[in-house]
Amino acid sequence: MDLMFIYLALILVLAIFLGFELISKVPATLHTPLMSGANAISGITIVGALLAAGGSENTTLATWLGAAAVVFATINVVGGYLVTDRMLGMFRSRTDKTDE
Amino acid sequence: MLNLVAINAAYIVAAGLFIFGLKMLGHPESARRGNFLSAIGMLIAIVVTLLSEGILTWYWIAICAVIGSIIGASAARLVAMTSMPEMVAVFNGFGGAASLLVAWAALFDAQGLFVAITVTLSVIIGGVTFAGSVIAWGKLSEVMTSRAIVFNGQRIVNSLLLLALLASAVMFCLEPSAQSPYLYGVIGLALILGIFVVIPIGGADMPVVISLLNSYSGLAACAAGFAINNIILIVAGSLVGAAGIILTNIMCKAMNRSLGNVLFSGFGAVKTATKVEGEVKPISAGDAYLILEAANSVTFVPGYGMAVAQAQHVVCELGELLEAHGCEVSYAIHPVAGRMPGHMNVLLAEANVSYDQLVEMADINPRLPSIDVAVVIGANDVVNPSARDDEGSPIYGMPIINVDEAKTVFVLKRSMASGFAGVDNPLFMGSNTRMLFGDAKASISEIISEFKP
Repeated sequence: MDLMFIYLALILVLAIFLGFELISKVPATLHTPLMSGANAISGITIVGALLAAGGSENTTLATWLGAAAVVFATINVVGGYLVTDRMLGMFRSRTDKTDE
Repeated sequence: MLNLVAINAAYIVAAGLFIFGLKMLGHPESARRGNFLSAIGMLIAIVVTLLSEGILTWYWIAICAVIGSIIGASAARLVAMTSMPEMVAVFNGFGGAASLLVAWAALFDAQGLFVAITVTLSVIIGGVTFAGSVIAWGKLSEVMTSRAIVFNGQRIVNSLLLLALLASAVMFCLEPSAQSPYLYGVIGLALILGIFVVIPIGGADMPVVISLLNSYSGLAACAAGFAINNIILIVAGSLVGAAGIILTNIMCKAMNRSLGNVLFSGFGAVKTATKVEGEVKPISAGDAYLILEAANSVTFVPGYGMAVAQAQHVVCELGELLEAHGCEVSYAIHPVAGRMPGHMNVLLAEANVSYDQLVEMADINPRLPSIDVAVVIGANDVVNPSARDDEGSPIYGMPIINVDEAKTVFVLKRSMASGFAGVDNPLFMGSNTRMLFGDAKASISEIISEFKP
């Protein structure tokens, strides 16, 4: 358990540093799609929700909690990715425009 | 059935796709593919989880996933670009709520102090994110007042709430169980705290709050990952957490305020700005047309008012007409213009402005003295020269777009009410400033009709 915690903490620290490096290079023009795209990624909690909602043959309180979490997380994931794609589809350069 | 090794290997692939996806979001040409890659990563993570030994029945999963997908997809399709901030706020909140529920459900499977602590963290962050996001949504969609709600003893109430929350959290961790009354206490108090944290923040500070809530929704997923021992939740959650913190920091710098100042002080309560005396010089749309028609370079400076007036399409049309006249057109965008980071860029992109015309504050300021006309549309604080010159001003020190240095400034404004922060703007009395009063969309349409014989 203790060693497991160290591994998880190591992953956490590395991922945070990586996140800082990746995001600080994004131009201000793309901040809204970046935010909604990142938001969709935070819907990863759907993995935990699936395990909770499908983890038992009997319907227990845990199942209900998991089921509700699945609804919330799917809205977050599906909506987040689709709306980001819709926004990014609007960003065009001058050359793209003349191609039309 | 996939075993744990295969599942975790697939999670590593998913994490790699998230990282590449975020990297590609950094350039307009590759951003859309980046988002697609990240979605593929999510799909992989979901599919291998569904195939894992831990899933015994798909019954509830299928029903709930269909409900969630329908709601998510229709919301994404139907939302107007002007309403993007409240949409992102709601999605943040749902992510937080999901993490809260996942952590709570984890208590039925696992016991021990470590699990209890991580569950508590996840429940607190998730609860604050959910309740805070709902309030942010209410303020942004004007369901409730977007002004800061401040009352006497607010800090004392908040401190007591926080103390009670910490006490319940400790009590719960000492004797963790899924039905512990202290757990209900932690959930309830986290929700109340989320509400109280966001109500004292005014509409103009919303870019900071949304960025922060975005960060929290990632951190909540990350904490839930510790609770259920899942690496993909930790990696993806902390990437989002880091992204949100960076954006929060950028927004705070663009307002020259600390995060603490944004969160804990009602705006403008401390200092009063020097009232500016002077006369404003109004201009008619016809005269504005004559000046624009003769201009060689024009820059548009949009603010939240452009979104409210839905004027982005006519602004773009005017820009195209000016370009057809041989005029150089750019759009200068302040980092905190609008209600979320990059809000104005999305609106202008929707109206078909190409992204190479969207100029950041640091790049436009050196060029402004040589620009013939700066057209300010529904922006106020971000072009207010007292942020630069008046030490008594509540926004003193905030970096601004120096439109007053342009040869001529048009300010499109509904009437002579003061801006969001309630400070007077000496720009309106500047010798080179002309005020074009009326609805921004109507005013610009009038100028456009002058262009068309």
